[in-house]
Amino acid sequence: MLMQAHATTTGHSGAAIAHPVLEVRNLRVVFPTRHGVLNAVSDVSLTINKGEILGLVGESGAGKSMTGMATLGLLEPPGRIAEGEILLDGRRIDNLPEREMAKIRGRRIGAIFQDPLTSLHPLFTVGAQLVETIRLHLHLSRSQARRRAIDLLKEVGIPAASDRIDDYPHQFSGGMRQRVVIALALAAEPELIIADEPTTALDVSIQAQITALLRRICRERAAAVMLVTHDMGVIAETADRVAVLYAGRIVEVGHVDAVIHAPKHPYAKGLMDSIPPLEGRVARLAQIDGSMPRPDSIPEGCAFHSRCTLAGPHCRIAVPGLVETEGSRTACWLYSGGVEA
Amino acid sequence: MLVFLVKRIFNAAVVMLAVAAMAFLIFRFVGDPVEMMVNEQTTQAQRDQLREHLGLNDSVFVQFERFVVNAAHGDFGISYRNQRPVSELIAERFPATLELVLVATILSLLIGIPLGVVTAIHRGTWYSETLQFGSILGVSLPSFVVGIMLILTFSVTLGWAPAFGRGDVVHIGWWSTGFLTRSGRASLILPSLSLALFQITLVMRLVRAEMLETMRMDFIKFARARGVPARRVQFRHALRNCLMPVITMTGMQFGNLIAFALITETVFQWPGMGLLFMQAITFVDIPVMAAYLCIVSFIFVAINTLVDITYAVIDPRLRHQGH
Ligand SMILES: Nc1ncnc2c1ncn2[C@@H]1O[C@H](COP(=O)(O)OP(=O)(O)OP(=O)(O)O)[C@@H](O)[C@H]1O
Ligand SMILES: [Mg+2]
Repeated sequence: MLMQAHATTTGHSGAAIAHPVLEVRNLRVVFPTRHGVLNAVSDVSLTINKGEILGLVGESGAGKSMTGMATLGLLEPPGRIAEGEILLDGRRIDNLPEREMAKIRGRRIGAIFQDPLTSLHPLFTVGAQLVETIRLHLHLSRSQARRRAIDLLKEVGIPAASDRIDDYPHQFSGGMRQRVVIALALAAEPELIIADEPTTALDVSIQAQITALLRRICRERAAAVMLVTHDMGVIAETADRVAVLYAGRIVEVGHVDAVIHAPKHPYAKGLMDSIPPLEGRVARLAQIDGSMPRPDSIPEGCAFHSRCTLAGPHCRIAVPGLVETEGSRTACWLYSGGVEA
Repeated sequence: MLVFLVKRIFNAAVVMLAVAAMAFLIFRFVGDPVEMMVNEQTTQAQRDQLREHLGLNDSVFVQFERFVVNAAHGDFGISYRNQRPVSELIAERFPATLELVLVATILSLLIGIPLGVVTAIHRGTWYSETLQFGSILGVSLPSFVVGIMLILTFSVTLGWAPAFGRGDVVHIGWWSTGFLTRSGRASLILPSLSLALFQITLVMRLVRAEMLETMRMDFIKFARARGVPARRVQFRHALRNCLMPVITMTGMQFGNLIAFALITETVFQWPGMGLLFMQAITFVDIPVMAAYLCIVSFIFVAINTLVDITYAVIDPRLRHQGH
């Protein structure tokens, strides 16, 4: 809590020098295909401050991973950034040459991917992978790097770290492997961590542990975190702010309490209603009829209008922009001029 | 790991016994060995004596056992044509074949792996496509055509390298090597290239396919996300993952190469086992044929077993299967 307050105050008072760790401005990610150019991400803007965890939620295909990948500079061709800017600590990184970007990845931006089973190279020991990462970014000798690797493994909670460092990934359980992946992401103390569904592939019993670990470690380092997930429970527990994506656009973004307990956007409302209550009562899931349009069939106007019970004629014509709503910013005509044409 | 070793070696032994049985059947029942060894002047008594001496009156099982035991000691009898021990003939010819195949294998890896990586990384560029197309030619051209073309171009027309024989060899114990003389090395060039061409294209295509597949994998993406530079990702992380199939294939192909060397050796008059075998066929020299069969199979099986073991050493997942 303290760190939070601190980060926020410096953010405001040192206006000239303090930048958010990550600032994404009007990002558009496209995939040119035979059937035309698909917009996987459209006009996405977001900021993450030091020590802050921003949750990115939305259905499968909403553009969460593409936002993260674009930030890492790892979009698979032909996917590319068509518009917008990505700034790390106030400096643009989206237009850096690959060589420069490689120096930023791992050093200033750490990444954690969904599947710990496949994230680690099966033919190298976890120690070799850690030492490689550490020595790529920090000027340490082999033995210093190894010592650091052991410390990192201890820190992420691998028992008997100094023995296990020479083990291969397949000798670890799924949860332990994800801890190794987290250690790898932290190897060079990055200021930004992009965690793309870090717990989705894990056993439910282990998910909470990994989430707690991630939160503790990022807090301790005051790292900025982009936490991609479709688990609203994880968001509620972990994130400070949350952005809800729908068909490549942010439909609502704001403080986690506001977005989860008092969502404004009809889609966000539907999404929050679908969280099963913690008490374990069998809750009726307020499912939204229909499904999210794929990038090749996004309709005119608000992409959600065909599923929205409150939609009016105006929603079919123009895309709403984000406007201030209580505790959050929402892109919906209900809050910006009405749904009537 | 030990269990694994024992299992693999047991398998190999069973296969070898089966091969020995086949070789034995050829030896024993394709023509009468006694008839092959005698001429018209030999009396019936002499024939019977020879039959007894060769042990052909014993039961088939006793004979087979003797055949296997002798073969295991490297004794394959006397060549009908040369009237010399087959083992001696083979020992004379074996180094030539092995050196040829060895050089061809090394060539195929040295040329094939980089070509495979380059065509995978620069997919879609004109040179990559040209190589890819050229490799189809390499796979489909018959070996003797390649050999003759090489001889015509580099030996007859350009005069760069000798077209037949081994050149001068140096004897080290019973081994004869062409590596130590100029003419020996020069003589290796064309035949080994001819033998390797097919293998080069095979390695290149395999490496390319494996690289393309590996480059899509999560751990490659994650390596890049950790900041590993692209070159290092390609040549260390991805290539390492491709080497196992390449090693397997190279190992398996080693036996094939020894078999294919037959043709190359014939085209280039290379004094190896293949040429010996070809000559043995013309003279129905059964002991030599049986020995060739056994030895080539033995090499096949030994290599397969070794490849499996190497595989386990390289891939820790196989090694720890017992855990
Ligand atoms: N190689 C590609 N070619 C064309 N379209 C693609 C490609 N990769 C992704 N997309 C599109 O980009 C959109 C956004 O994908 P993204 O992976 O960001 O979704 P996501 O929100 O992470 O979903 P998930 O929860 O399934 O991970 C998807 O609708 C997908 O169709
Ligand atoms: Mg995703």
